[in-house]
Amino acid sequence: MAASETIANAGRPVARFWHSFRTAAWLGWQIESNWTDLLVFAIYSIIKPLASSAILVVMYAIITGGNFESPVFPYIYLGNAFYQYVGAIMAGISWAVIEDREHYRTLKYIYVAPLNIPSYLLGRGIARFLTGTISVAVVVLTGVLFLKVPVDPALVNWPLFLVSLLIGVIMLAMMGLILAGITLLIANHVWFLGEGVAGALYLFSGAIFPLEVLPAWLRPVGFAMPITYWLELIRRSLVGQVAEAFPTLAGFSSGELLAILAGMTVLFGTASIFIFRRCDHLARERGMIDMTTNY
Amino acid sequence: MAVGERVFMARGIRKNTGARLFIQTVLARAYPRVIGQQREKSWVFFDIALPMIAVSSYVFVYRAIGAPDDYVGFVVMGGAMTAFWLNVLWSMSSQLYWEKETGNLGLYIMAPNSLMAILLGMALGGMLATTMRALVITVLGSWFFDVNFVVTSYFQLFAVFMLTMVALYGMGMMFASLFLLLSREAWHWSNLAQEPVYLASGFYFPIKSFNFWIAAGASIIPLTLGMDAMRQLVFETGPTLGFASVPLEIGVLTGLAVLFLVGARWLLRYMERLAIREGRITESRR
Repeated sequence: MAASETIANAGRPVARFWHSFRTAAWLGWQIESNWTDLLVFAIYSIIKPLASSAILVVMYAIITGGNFESPVFPYIYLGNAFYQYVGAIMAGISWAVIEDREHYRTLKYIYVAPLNIPSYLLGRGIARFLTGTISVAVVVLTGVLFLKVPVDPALVNWPLFLVSLLIGVIMLAMMGLILAGITLLIANHVWFLGEGVAGALYLFSGAIFPLEVLPAWLRPVGFAMPITYWLELIRRSLVGQVAEAFPTLAGFSSGELLAILAGMTVLFGTASIFIFRRCDHLARERGMIDMTTNY
Repeated sequence: MAVGERVFMARGIRKNTGARLFIQTVLARAYPRVIGQQREKSWVFFDIALPMIAVSSYVFVYRAIGAPDDYVGFVVMGGAMTAFWLNVLWSMSSQLYWEKETGNLGLYIMAPNSLMAILLGMALGGMLATTMRALVITVLGSWFFDVNFVVTSYFQLFAVFMLTMVALYGMGMMFASLFLLLSREAWHWSNLAQEPVYLASGFYFPIKSFNFWIAAGASIIPLTLGMDAMRQLVFETGPTLGFASVPLEIGVLTGLAVLFLVGARWLLRYMERLAIREGRITESRR
């Protein structure tokens, strides 16, 4: 993968997209993982999500006296486990802009290189997707083995799970691209942007509590978020009877939810292309591609 | 008399040394922490909004599972205290690493003042600025979620809070010296020390819920006992959920405060020498 390949791709957009994506994915993985040895990196990747889940487990156990068989528990636990993808993919893609512009100060070189910038940023999100997948798997496995989370591989609706997961990952990547575009236009404290949006979605998407618990005037925010439908589909595919015990989206069949999620993904995907293009244009005009603040 | 001193005298500038220089350094380093942070309005907004989002999420979880009202108050208090932990992690412990990255650390070492005074200034400034934010989170959280406080002793409450802060920022100063040796990994270690500490210190639930030895082990982090004592002092059901008695927790916090401040002074000297010897002061491995 060298200069010859880059030059050969110059006139072929698809090849250039793929080349940028692949190179960025490799680079992202190096940045994420090579600051320490593999064992420490593995422990680091697992401890944080496990601790985050354990906070909810302890809160739940204190109040219910350890009644892990109630349908509320798998609802909270699985929602929290899969929500890690939101932080990993969506915030991860926008974080690439911050790292490359502010920390490594290489964004200007990336812009002058023969790369497709959106595909480069999406590629950078791949490393976080991989570490996120490991975290999700470990958290779910811990729940099944030690906390009676009723995920039975024989009863899981695998096609629904895989399709939902795939659409969800694409949706999160597109939302990440929108955030990356906005990040390009902000100089100070941009790291709060990804965290803030991920935090707000955590609150409004019913990730760890049914939307009925929110005040009535806030619920429409949750219904407008694709993540709400995505998490519901993931729960239905893994623990169908438990997920259907909650009234939030009980009126929708899984097919309908999938159609809503797919529709919203197309909507966000289209919006992300235009928003990123516009932000990218403005960032170039305002001289923000190489702006560093030392914050 | 050196040339520099003659210039100072001729211009009527008094050159401070000893205790005066120490205090001057503390104030000088505290100044940007207090003033600078208030000037950056977006920072103030995010420092309050992000913990409020986390607080709201945990409050709604407690409501979804039918927890008693005091637990909502525990979450609000925990959310406010996260501001201090984040300040200690990112603006104390890893501060010398950031200074190294931006090229200031070498200047700190070269200047004729104490590194301990610089850290103390950072701690005082950070503590003051963060207290304002924690106060806003507490007020907003209490207002949004209708939290009832029943304070049994204002004197003990003030003592616990101050001792917790001294011990916590002493710990931050100690960590800062350890971070002096770190490079790229500093960011990751600070990042790692968030959720596990929220869990171990019982930011969102009473620490008594843990096994005795786990709770005792977690008490090395001053916020664990500090929050436990404060919950006992401000919530009606607090005393029944306390890990140890408030006087005992005050005693332990006093011990931790002394331990961490002395430890910080010793470690700072040791690490500074080690970092200079190993050439880590100006090293920048991104």
